[in-house]
Amino acid sequence: MLRELIFYVLIIVPGTGGELCVTRAMKAIGEVTDFRPMALLRVIARAMRNGWMWIGILFMTIGFFALLGMLSVANVSFVIPATALSYAVGTLGGKFFLGERVSRQRWVGVLLVCIGVSLVFIGKG
Amino acid sequence: MTSTGRRLHFKTFVLIMLMVVFGPLGDAVLRKGMSRVGAMASWAPADVARFFFRAFSSGMIWVGIGSLLAFFVAYMLVLSWADYSYVQPASSVALCMVALLGYFGLGEAISPLRWVGILVICAGVLVVGHTPPSTTAGG
Repeated sequence: MLRELIFYVLIIVPGTGGELCVTRAMKAIGEVTDFRPMALLRVIARAMRNGWMWIGILFMTIGFFALLGMLSVANVSFVIPATALSYAVGTLGGKFFLGERVSRQRWVGVLLVCIGVSLVFIGKG
Repeated sequence: MTSTGRRLHFKTFVLIMLMVVFGPLGDAVLRKGMSRVGAMASWAPADVARFFFRAFSSGMIWVGIGSLLAFFVAYMLVLSWADYSYVQPASSVALCMVALLGYFGLGEAISPLRWVGILVICAGVLVVGHTPPSTTAGG
């Protein structure tokens, strides 16, 4: 039980933190409008020169290792819906770390996601 | 909606669809691979190292990683213009895909309450999906 809890926290906290850092890096690059392969490779190369991208990748790697650990002991149909709690953490991060304007409607959606995650947890037993 | 708004919605939709396909596929393949690897014996460094060595020796884990990399590229691209607080919940339609893959592909038992939970999550996703994808100056 403790092992699952540790894996779970590591998926949510560094995993979501990493995604927020990647978002910050991609926002610095600006909107991608050219989807030809060479142009995409140039975008990725530019993204890799941004420090936030590397911090994000480091955090997401921690989250990924924790995901592997969790998937070794629990069903995927439980693990992935349960980690939707990161949507609430991510929305808070979007508001305070990235300066996004989160509307009331978007908060309602996130609240529904949280209720759904709770039901997934209760449904595990 | 302006033509710019429609274009933004369309390309956001296409990339989120790619995420919805490659993300769950990668997760399901990883679960299949990790169930063969088995649980970590303990938190002792040698056991942790042995666990991850066994995991990364499995071809199935690399197939899963490949699928998740495709997911990640689509994710990076969509985040170059759309809000994180939009993309993240909107892409959670993938949760239904994961549940279906787990149920039909891996034979996992899913309780009715868990199905209800997944549907409520998807309802939340629909609500988020009806908000503008970008609220910041760069988007």
